[in-house]
Amino acid sequence: MTLPLPSSRVGRERLAENIMHFARVLRAAGLPVGPAKVIAALDAVQAVGIEQREDFRVALQSVFIERHEQQPLFEQAFELFWRNPRLLERMLQLLLPRVYGRVVPEGAQAPLPARLVEALAPPKSPHEAARTEQEIDLDAALTFSPREVLQGKDFESMSVDELAQVKAMIARLDLPLPELPMRRTVAAARGSAVDLRATLRAMASARGAAMPLAWRKRRRRRPPLVVLCDISGSMDRYSRMLLFFLHAITNDRDRVHVLLFGTRLTNITRHLRNHDVDVAIARVSAAVSDWAGGTRIGACLAEFNRRWSRRLLAQGAIVMLISDGLDSDTGDGLSLEMDRLHRSCRRLIWLNPLLRYEGFEPRPAGIRAMLPYVDEFLPVHNLESLKQLAGALARRSAAAPPAAAWRKAA
Amino acid sequence: MSLPALPDSVDAVLALLAKHDYFSDRRLATSVFLALKLRRPLFLEGEAGVGKTEIAKVLATALGRSLVRLQCYEGLDTASAVYEWNYPRQMIEIRLAEAQGSVDRESLAHDIFAERFLIRRPLLQALKPADGIAPVLLIDELDRTDEPFEAYLLEVLAEYQVTIPELGPVKSADPPIVIITSNRTREIHDAIKRRCLYHWVDYPDAQRELSIVLRKVPGADARLSREVVAFTQRLRAMDLFKSPGIAETLDWAEALVALDRMSLDPDTVANTLGALLKYQDDIGAITPEVAMRLVHEAQQDAVALHA
Repeated sequence: MTLPLPSSRVGRERLAENIMHFARVLRAAGLPVGPAKVIAALDAVQAVGIEQREDFRVALQSVFIERHEQQPLFEQAFELFWRNPRLLERMLQLLLPRVYGRVVPEGAQAPLPARLVEALAPPKSPHEAARTEQEIDLDAALTFSPREVLQGKDFESMSVDELAQVKAMIARLDLPLPELPMRRTVAAARGSAVDLRATLRAMASARGAAMPLAWRKRRRRRPPLVVLCDISGSMDRYSRMLLFFLHAITNDRDRVHVLLFGTRLTNITRHLRNHDVDVAIARVSAAVSDWAGGTRIGACLAEFNRRWSRRLLAQGAIVMLISDGLDSDTGDGLSLEMDRLHRSCRRLIWLNPLLRYEGFEPRPAGIRAMLPYVDEFLPVHNLESLKQLAGALARRSAAAPPAAAWRKAA
Repeated sequence: MSLPALPDSVDAVLALLAKHDYFSDRRLATSVFLALKLRRPLFLEGEAGVGKTEIAKVLATALGRSLVRLQCYEGLDTASAVYEWNYPRQMIEIRLAEAQGSVDRESLAHDIFAERFLIRRPLLQALKPADGIAPVLLIDELDRTDEPFEAYLLEVLAEYQVTIPELGPVKSADPPIVIITSNRTREIHDAIKRRCLYHWVDYPDAQRELSIVLRKVPGADARLSREVVAFTQRLRAMDLFKSPGIAETLDWAEALVALDRMSLDPDTVANTLGALLKYQDDIGAITPEVAMRLVHEAQQDAVALHA
């Protein structure tokens, strides 16, 4: 088979240049694409040729993406960047603009991910960027409604900056009890048990000589994490950031389960796992029907205890409850369910965006009913900013008062 | 001794199980039939105490095969599930060789990892049975072990073979009948489920439960049995943390027989509730009034049941 590559040196350089630009677009959109990959992509394109658009696409894709969830972003970037179907012709014409991507996409299409738009557009001035950021003090919002409001929700897609923040946050995320010893062992230079099998193998081949013992030690592993996240009306303003956070943490480690609750309980683990962040969040928003409605914490916890706790909490899971504790059923049966939840898990962490370090009085009945059963209590000033959420989780041990102090206040 | 032939229809499975005191519904019998016919592992999931383990035992007896049982727990490894080398014997072998001074190193290393130093654990026993008859392999409560062991099972279930590094692959000539059970304390990976036939074992209906009680607790009065079953069925309709399984019904019936009761009354129910319900909240939910109402309803329901 012949390789229909541009025969001229200039043509090849143009192709290389465009692949490099394409790689930069992908990198700007958040894919991990380094120079080594650009070289690999050139090799791949050389191997398959550029005669068939589909071959060309697959060749680039096989090099540039590493995980299935990166595929949608790659595909959209590819469609935008290499828009001309008669690719080869254009390549050979050597009439390529310096960067294809600057062209604004035409036609009525599905909205593009914010990451891609940013990657293709010139950067905003810092002044402009600052204006778009919002800081809203959250104590003003004590709104919660007893109605069950069933409604869908549209979320803005995630920007590159937010993606970076989430990644940095997950890297710094230091939840209590990070790793626990398992019953399973692994070979180790210094361990707690003799590895008889390895020792005997050494013994058989080194007969007569002094025989070193081989050792094994216990493997360590993070316990499962179950996140119960409130999406009722009073939590509405945080839900977008929280979903990004939940998506990141679900894909960061194994054994993470995420359930959302407002007036009903929905398990969204499968929607979040192994999907691109925007795809995942679109699926979640389609699957959940009680966005920004009332809160029935007691009823939802009861449902969790009955339907899910045995399936999710059996392996010593840590439960992270994200809620402001404002319950429209005002606490009836809530303490009973909290007690049960607390006794079925290894550790119960409550992340509350409403409570400040100082000046907070746990007065609402729901909060008072829940506090006695919480092992760890993490107040967060402002959940709208991921940075602050990360900071609050990291500072936990130093600044956050233990749950007992809050209990006394209650 | 010739092996009983595998049942050739769903009805034959139902009859065979009933003959050995297992009253199955048609859905479960169909799954069992297909598992036997297609030679696929049967994955049984359900609440504790609905007879998942029992079906493996009954199948083994009914089909005249031995039962190899692997109880799962966290940290279950190949040494306790598949095989282990007999280290004391290997050590003696090395000492003997040293004393004789005759054997060279290469062949010694080869000799001590031979089949006669191998201790067979359940999975290997099931793949290479001593009597050559494929047994029933029960992998019990798979949800209690961890993902690495599940991953190991994939090879066993797909190829019916295990690989021992020193000896090479050991493949089963006649694959065992595999029954896997799970209480769903966590979700088993899709890859395992894909290789199996899946069946959710539910609580039995009143009529079937009555047959089970009559057969398993022969000392119980017919009226008492009917009321016990009707009462348990009522309990399952309630919003409890853990509904009683068949095992609890049988325990309770036996307890009532031991107390010489001929029918239910609220006091007896209150005193023996611990045989049925195992959570304090659930027991607390059965107040004297609730117990009175349940007994009354159960006695009405019991009339409709026929032995």
